[in-house]
This record gives sequence, structure tokens and C-alpha cells, in this order.
Amino acid sequence: MRVPVSWLTEHVGLTEHVSADDLAEALIRVGFEVEDVAQLEAVPGPLVVGRVLEIEELTEFKKPIRFCRVDVGARGSDPDRPQGIVCGATNFAVGDLVVAALPGTTLPGDFAIAARKTYGRVSDGMLCALDELGLGEDHSGILVLPADTAEPGTDAAPLLGLAEGDAEAVLDIAVNPDRGYALSIRGMGRELANAHDAPFGDPASIDQGVPGSGAAGYPVTVDPASGCRRFVARRVTGLDPTAPTPWWMTRRLLLAGIRPISLAVDVTNYVMLELGQPMHAYDAARITGDVVVRRARADEKITTLDDVSRALDPDDVAVCDDSGPIGLAGVMGGASTEVTATTSDVLLEAATWDPASVARTARRHKLPSEAARRFERAVDPAVARAATDRAAALLAHHGRATVDGGVTDVGAFPEGTEPPTPPITMALDLPDRVAGVTYPRGASVRRLVQVGCGVDVGGDGVTVVPPTWRPDLTRPADLVEEVLRLEGYDAIPSVLPVFAGGTGLTMAQRRRRQVSHTLADAGFQEVLPSPFMAPGVLDAFGLDDDDPRRSAVRLANPLDADRSLMATTLLPGLLDAVVRNVSRGLRDLALFHVGQVARPTGEPADAPVVATDSRPSDAEIAALLEALPAQPLRVGAVLTGAWEPKGWWGEGRPATWADAVQAARTVAAVYGATPTVSNDRHAPWHPGRCAALHVDGVLVGHAGELHPKVLEALGLPPRTCAMELELDRLPVHEVLARPEVSAFPPVLLDVALVVAQDVPTAAIEAALVEGGGELIEDVRLFDVYSGAQVGEGRRSLAFALRLRAPDRTLTLEEAGAARDAAIALAGERHGATLRA
Amino acid sequence: MSGTNDSFDPKQVSALAPESLEAARDEATSAFAGATTLDALTALKPAHLGDRSPVLLARREIGSLPPQAKADAGKRVNEARLAVQSAYDERHAVLLTERDERVLGEEAVDVTLPTARHARGSRHPLTQTSERIADVFVAMGWEVAEGPEVESEWFNFDALNFLPDHPARTMQDTFHVQPPGAKQVLRTHTSPVQIRTLLERDLPVYVVCPGRTFRTDELDATHTPVFHQIEGLAVDKGLTMAHLKGTLDAFARAMFGPDSRIRMRPSYFPFTEPSAEPDVWFPQKKGGAGWVEWGGCGMVDPNVLRACGVDPDVYSGFAFGMGLERTLMFRNGLPDMRDMVEGDVRFTSAFAVEP
Repeated sequence: MRVPVSWLTEHVGLTEHVSADDLAEALIRVGFEVEDVAQLEAVPGPLVVGRVLEIEELTEFKKPIRFCRVDVGARGSDPDRPQGIVCGATNFAVGDLVVAALPGTTLPGDFAIAARKTYGRVSDGMLCALDELGLGEDHSGILVLPADTAEPGTDAAPLLGLAEGDAEAVLDIAVNPDRGYALSIRGMGRELANAHDAPFGDPASIDQGVPGSGAAGYPVTVDPASGCRRFVARRVTGLDPTAPTPWWMTRRLLLAGIRPISLAVDVTNYVMLELGQPMHAYDAARITGDVVVRRARADEKITTLDDVSRALDPDDVAVCDDSGPIGLAGVMGGASTEVTATTSDVLLEAATWDPASVARTARRHKLPSEAARRFERAVDPAVARAATDRAAALLAHHGRATVDGGVTDVGAFPEGTEPPTPPITMALDLPDRVAGVTYPRGASVRRLVQVGCGVDVGGDGVTVVPPTWRPDLTRPADLVEEVLRLEGYDAIPSVLPVFAGGTGLTMAQRRRRQVSHTLADAGFQEVLPSPFMAPGVLDAFGLDDDDPRRSAVRLANPLDADRSLMATTLLPGLLDAVVRNVSRGLRDLALFHVGQVARPTGEPADAPVVATDSRPSDAEIAALLEALPAQPLRVGAVLTGAWEPKGWWGEGRPATWADAVQAARTVAAVYGATPTVSNDRHAPWHPGRCAALHVDGVLVGHAGELHPKVLEALGLPPRTCAMELELDRLPVHEVLARPEVSAFPPVLLDVALVVAQDVPTAAIEAALVEGGGELIEDVRLFDVYSGAQVGEGRRSLAFALRLRAPDRTLTLEEAGAARDAAIALAGERHGATLRA
Repeated sequence: MSGTNDSFDPKQVSALAPESLEAARDEATSAFAGATTLDALTALKPAHLGDRSPVLLARREIGSLPPQAKADAGKRVNEARLAVQSAYDERHAVLLTERDERVLGEEAVDVTLPTARHARGSRHPLTQTSERIADVFVAMGWEVAEGPEVESEWFNFDALNFLPDHPARTMQDTFHVQPPGAKQVLRTHTSPVQIRTLLERDLPVYVVCPGRTFRTDELDATHTPVFHQIEGLAVDKGLTMAHLKGTLDAFARAMFGPDSRIRMRPSYFPFTEPSAEPDVWFPQKKGGAGWVEWGGCGMVDPNVLRACGVDPDVYSGFAFGMGLERTLMFRNGLPDMRDMVEGDVRFTSAFAVEP
């Protein structure tokens, strides 16, 4: 909310001048974020009010140019002649009051005005537009002041708030959503007064001197289903449609960022800013029949003031007449009853709408209006009448209108029927206990009174009745915040709580950290790619239609419609990062990412309604948790280009499937696990170069080279390799199994076995280990040979066996028997024969 | 060998004559001195120190001398032999040193050649910052809690005292998950982990919750739809806002040095009452030490405690949360958040591996 300081302080009894920056500081201290303090530039020199006496149109130029004779009183250059000023604007007429910057004036932006020859005339000054005065952005024409604002020759700077030493400042204040009342001079002024411990005069309490509600007002019916709490209306007749808005009001609206439109509209906006009550002015002559407030019907439409035709939702609340909806309650009025340049009969509305209902309507129609912003944050239901009276009085005064004696006051709670605000009982020392501060005696009560509460002290407690504009104050905790913020958070000391019950990171957390360290140590760079996945990437991966990775969480409102899924695998994000790096000329890459993936097993059911006033039942908690997709933690890595670069030492080595598998083994080793590796066919990997990794019989992931078609489709370098493991599937042992460390000497034996080409090494190794029994301490493949000596379609695998007994020196006979048993099992299972 | 000849004059045995021995010694010494390589020296050794060298041949003749002459001749032979051996040893040492120097010189390399045969890996600075912060709290006895990213609205909003249709819900621009009836979102903050923690763990609870969070902000220099937060939650008997301030002061000192501290401004969050926004005193701030906005905090709202089955009349708590990207930006002087998400290896590698 933007507010000029002169307006903000109007009802605050400050005893001395306080700078705009200090005011901002004070507001920040009590909880209002001041986003900007805009100090207007003072205008030194002869900036005066002038009256246009003559206009001579100069027609020989490409654009309209006027040479004006302007009465500037005794301030002119020539006492015998009115000031001659050339002007390019056309929005004024003879007799209008304007602002003239005479030679010697310096306008904002260091714009010095001097007499100069232009368009064949001498221009002895300049007629000013709003933007040239620093009062706004408007440059559509010069500023025309309402008649009677001042006499020609009067100093204009004080009138505009631009006098030297007294130039206006405008604060831009962010208001949190719990403080709707502060979106007004009334609310913010009170905060400012409290921050300075200064007296405050409530502008809503000023008697406007309009007739009381003796007669019946305009007929309005409120359907209780509308949720309308209160609807106050008052008619004003005989308005002079040509009456201008007084300059002081126009100036304040401009500085608040509200565009002046007409007296009737300006007055409703002014009262909204002043009292926080959004208002609407209908052209009463254009309303047909009685006014009805109700929920809209499904087929109804309204054209709102912004000239947009809107189909209404049965949840919208509409203000209607015989013709249908004439206003979208609390959000925006309708075009059909809009006040026009000829309107003389105005119906003023000040209503109290249901905040949630207005919030939904504003969101549904994407209409974040000033009114909606206030209503959804709650408007003081008690201020409706004061606001209508204030607006009526302003129209009477400035528009020569007559205020109708009748007042409509209907809805759920018209004046005098509001249910009493329930009092809050609070222990007197609660603020002290929450803050950890011993406040001075009486401080809490004094602060609560300052915010407008009725406070009754009895014994150790206080009974507090919050003011009508503070529906956010319902509990002792809310009152505590009021005391603490007004006493100042600076008064709260710094005390470190002592807690020593922690047991540190869990083993799973420590192992996970180590995964990241281990991969970094192995030469991988960590990246944090986006989890938003394009469905197309799964097609490029060549996944089957029923692949579980196609079952993804879908976003209802993705930022990028093409990336509407939550990743079911880490690979797409990592591959994106590869593409980006390669496009930047970085071709040798080893990247990794540790992150969650989302793996729903189906469409979640509708959520149960779970209350928040107590702990939900275990069944309710389980229902909430079970509806969520599984979200396991994974690690993924991709490699491309050189794993070891070419250099003066030699040719280097490209990253291969083996490096990807090794990365996976390294990660498993962090958990103390030795995965079983087997050949697999699993998109998007190369069908002949894909390893599945199992730990304790559980699949933990895949590694290898990616499918050439996938690489081509995704624009990735050939031979790019990848691995992805589900860390949550790796066993987390607090204590790893005890090792057997025998001090007896080993027997080392080598065996070379000939097997069919397609028998995996791991299978032979497993058979040797199993067949050899517990004397086998280690089996290591040290050579692979294929060629004429072993025959077509076969290869020789040479293993080094290390055999050892835990309790004795092994004899060669025992070792030989174990070796023979190992070979026998490999032969039985895989047709392996001892190489001749 | 001939028998003892008592009348034999040693001077008559020419090999044992002092002149002969001196000549042999001088010849050997000069030959050794003339050797220019270890090989040449070794080749000269048999001629001057070998079994058939003049000095050793002379020693054989001692036996044939009369006893009174033996001692004198033996002494002279020994002196000559030691002199020759010493000449050899000295020359050998000289030549060995020369050779070693030559070999080391020949082995010299250009040590400025590149040596990185394998790329150096590194960890993302956000991960490192997150762990650093977690460690600060773990050192104070806190624990680390985690939760899922696709989250039920009940955990993300309802239990955190966000009323339906309240503008606070729209303050956090939320990614919603299909179908709408499931009421699931991408968590907009790590606060749902607070709820999970209070439901799962016994009191008292002191936890930090790091994690990835989501809001519908377009990616630019200071916003990213996917970002990281770390939150803290303490629920115990007798906790006050002073404890919140003390905790954040300690946190600030750990992150930004002993001169750092916190000040709080009143603010609003649905899940805390009273609420505050902390500013941290950042001594290394660009353009001079100053306050930097650093997240949000407050005393846990009684409604939140109640939703988790914690009696707010017995327990109280405080909570705080910070954006990691923002923390990293001002702590490390990073101007553009996009660098953190694009995955350019030049960015990550600048941060090495923090232990």
C-alpha cells in the first residue's frame, strides 16, 4: 500500500516532526515491511497557479501547439501583460486553472525552466503535467486544477506538496495477510501512533453531519446463503455530475497510486483508503427494481467495470437487480450501473463480505482488485456505516448533492445486532513467558489497549475483547504477539537453549553423505537438475507402454507445459545437464545427482478430510501417507568423453560401461555391500552393455552404456554411459558383519576354465566360490582369452584362487580338493572345462 | 718355495725393494687418477690391486726372507698396498659422485607439465551448505529430519494453520498435483517435515529439516521454481523467543563469523505466533558490513502443536527456516541463481569438496 506521509500522520498526535525514514523505521519495528520511501523532489523557484486567459492554436506544425496567455497574478515577467507560454497539450480550456513553471523554476530531475523561443514564439515558462512535477506517471495532458483551488499567482509548490523543506514523501508498505485493517490510513495510522506512543484519533469516529437513519433506505434483500455479513447502502441525489474532485483528494489518490476518475468514484476510493472499507457507487437511475444479494446462478453473466464479460460461478456472490447481476460482490462492480458523466443519483454501497468467498471469486476470475485484497483479509464490519456517511458527506460537500435520509442496513448482522466478540482470557504473565522477558508492570495491558482492545484485569489474568477490526485476535497467543511486537523484539534477550539428547546423524544419513563424497573423490561432479520431466523423454528412452517409469506424478499447473511430470528416474535431468555442458564446449563429463524420484503406483484417491484441532488418528495419518507416491532416494551418474584425458603421457581412455558399473559398485561399497552384477536388457541402456546390480537378492539399479538410439534421439555424445541406484534399497547396517582374519598361510592356485562365450564371468566366479566352499577366501579373474586355442564361440577365463583355513595350515591335498570341487560345480552349472 | 736362507739379503729380492714398491704404488695411483669412468677404473683394478698386481706379488715374496727382514718388508708392502687401495677408493668415490650427478641431471623433467590424468570431482555448494548448517545444529545436539517432496496438503498447509481460502495459501505459489481431489502438492517449504516429526517422535524435539522445495516462480537471477530450504524446530517445555534468538545468534556466528548476530522484525507466518523475520549481520557484505534478510522464524503456533497432538499449555516451541540458495548467494557473493541449477561443471568444480 502506498501512502503519502501527510495523510498517514493526519490522525496521529506526533509532537515533533518525524522524517519519512524514521516513520518507516518505526513501522518496520512493529511489523510492517516498508518496501520503499519515495521522497518527492521539492520544486524551487516560481512554480505558480495560473489561469488560462487566451489560447491561440498554432496550426503550421505537425502536432497541435498552443500559445497561451496565462494570468499568473503579480508573478509574471511583464506586469502589463499575461504570461505567454507555449504548450503542446490540448486538455485544457480558457478559464482553467493550471500550474505554470515560470523562468527560474527547477522541476524534478534538475529541469531548469527559462524563457526560450520555440515554435516561433517566446515561451515564458511551462505548463506542467503530473509526471513533470514528479506526482505520477501521467503525461496525457497538463494538470488542470479544479476551479477555486487557488488564486492565480499563488505559490503552487505547497499546494502540490512540493515546497522546499516540506516536500511530501510516500511510503510503500507491505501488509501481511493477517492484518487487513492496516490496508487503510485508519489502521496504519494507529500502528504509527502505537509505534511512537502517540495519541491517535480514529477517523471512523468523526461525525460526518449527515442525516440519521430516520427513513427507510434503498430496498435491498440479502440471501443468507450469500454469506454477506452486512450490507449498508445510502442514496445521494442531486449530484452535480460536472463537479470536480477537490485537488487535495486528487493529490492523495495519485500518490496512493489510484487513478482519479470522477468525483463519485474518487470519493469511494478515498474512503476505502482512509477507513479500509471498500465501497461501490452505483448510478441509482440505472438500477431497475430492488437490489438482491445472492449466490450467482450457473448461467449468469456480468460485464464488469473493466469491460470484461464474465460467466459467473454458483459460488460467486452477486449484487443483482431486476436485470440480473450488477456487481461481483467484494471484487468489482458491473458496467451496466456504472457511474457516468451524467450521473446525478448515486447509490453508495459499503458491505461486509465473507473473506473466503471473496478470495475464491477473485482467484476464479483473476481479479485481484483493491477491494478484493481488503475483503479477503477481512474488513471491519463495524465501519460500514461510518464509511457510507463519510462518502455521502464528501459528495454532498464537493458535489452539491443531497444525502438521502434513509439508510439501508441489512444482512446477517446489521448495526446493533453484531454478536459480541468473544473475550479472550489470558494469564497476565503469558507475554513474559513466551518472550523470555520480564516486561514492566502494566506493559501488556497498555499495549493491548493501544491496539484497540477492551481489557479487564482481574487477579492474575486479563479478559480481553479485541476490536472489531482485529478478527485475527482470537487466542492468547495472538495477544502475546501484539505485546511483544509493540514492546519491540529488540527487548528480547539471546539465550541458547541447552539440549544434549541428540544422537547425531543416522547411519543412513552418514552413508548418503559418503556416497556423495565417494563419487566426488572418484572424479564426478555433483549437479542438481530440475525434477520436472517431459513425457517425451520416456519415449526417447524406448520404454514399454507399461513400464512403471511411465507412471509419474502429473502437475496440475506446470511452469512449462512440456515438462508436466515429476521425474521417475534421475537420468533425464542428468542427461539434460550433459547436453548443456556439451553445448558449452565441455565434453569430458562425469556428473552425479543424489535425489528423490516420485513413483506413484496409480492415481491417488480423494484425500480424506482430516481435522487439525487435535492429533489425527493413526488411521487418518496412514491414509494421508499411503496416498502419496513412493519417493525413494536415488543416486544417478552419467559419463561421457574421456575418463582419462589424452596428454603428454599418452592416448587417454574414454569413459566406458565399465566405469559406470564401477561407479555403481563404489556406491554399494559405501554401504558395505558387494552387489551381484548380471547382464540385463533395460532401457535406456544398450541391450548388450547393461548390468543389473543386486544386493541380497534385491535389485538396486542398473549401469552400463546407453542405447545408441537413445543417445541419438537426445542429442547426446556416442557411448555415453550411466548408472542409477536406489539408495533406499541398499541395506543400512549399523554394524557390518565380523571379518574372519586367519593368520594361517594361504594356498594360491590358478585355474583356467573354458566356457561358452555367453556365460558371464560373474556366474563362473559365483560357482567357484560356492563349489570351493568355505576354504575359498578370494577369487579374482586375471585373464580372459578367446582364440583358436579354445575354439570358436568359447573363451578361457583364468582365475586366481586364494584358499585358507581359519584354524590350521592348509595342506595341498585339502586345497586341491576344494579347487576340484569348485571346478566341478562350474562345470556342472555352466559346462566349464579345465583348459588343457 | 725355497727353504730359509739366513744369509739372504732382502735387498736382493728385487720385488721387495723399496724402489720397486714405490714405483708400483706410483704407477697404480697415477693409473687410477687417470681413469675417467667407473668402468675404466674397474678395468684397472686387477692390474694394481688384483692377485697378480706388483704389490700383491711382492707380498708373496716376504715368506722367503730371513726372519729379521720379514717385519720390515711386510711393513713396506702393506703401506704400498694401502696407498694403492686408498687411491682406488678415492677415485671411485669421485667417479661415483660424478656419475650420480650426471644421472640425476639426465633424469631431470619439466615439473610444470600437466599432471591431471583424472578429472577432479566436486560436490554442489548447496549440498555442502546444507550439510554445513546441519552439522552446526548436530553439534548442538539437534537431529536431522527429512520428508518427501510430493506432499499431502494436510502436512504442507492444513496442519500448519493455513486456513482454506486464506490469502496465506496463495502467498506461496504452489505446484498442485493431479487429480485435485487427492490434495497433494509439491511441498512449498520444508515445514511439513516439522509436522511429520512431531507426529513421529517423542518430545522434546530438536530437529533441522533440509530439503528441496518448490514454488511456481519462473527461473531468473534471483528466483528458481526448485530451491532448497533448511528449517529448524524445537519443541520442549519452557522454550521462549529468547531461546529462538539465542539459537539463531549461534547459527549466525557459525555461518558468518564471531561478529555476526541476528535481529528480528515482526512478521506473519500462519504456523508461528509471534512471527518474525530475522536479519543477519553479515560482516563481509559487499560495500560494508550490514544486515541481510535471512528467512523467517517464530514461536510455533498453538494450533500447529494441537494438530500434532502436543499440548500447547505444557509445551512450547520455536521454528525457523532459511533459503539455501539465498544464503549461498550472499555468503559466497554469487550474483545469479541460475548457475546453481544449470549443472555447468565449471560452477560446481569451483567449490571442491568441503569435508
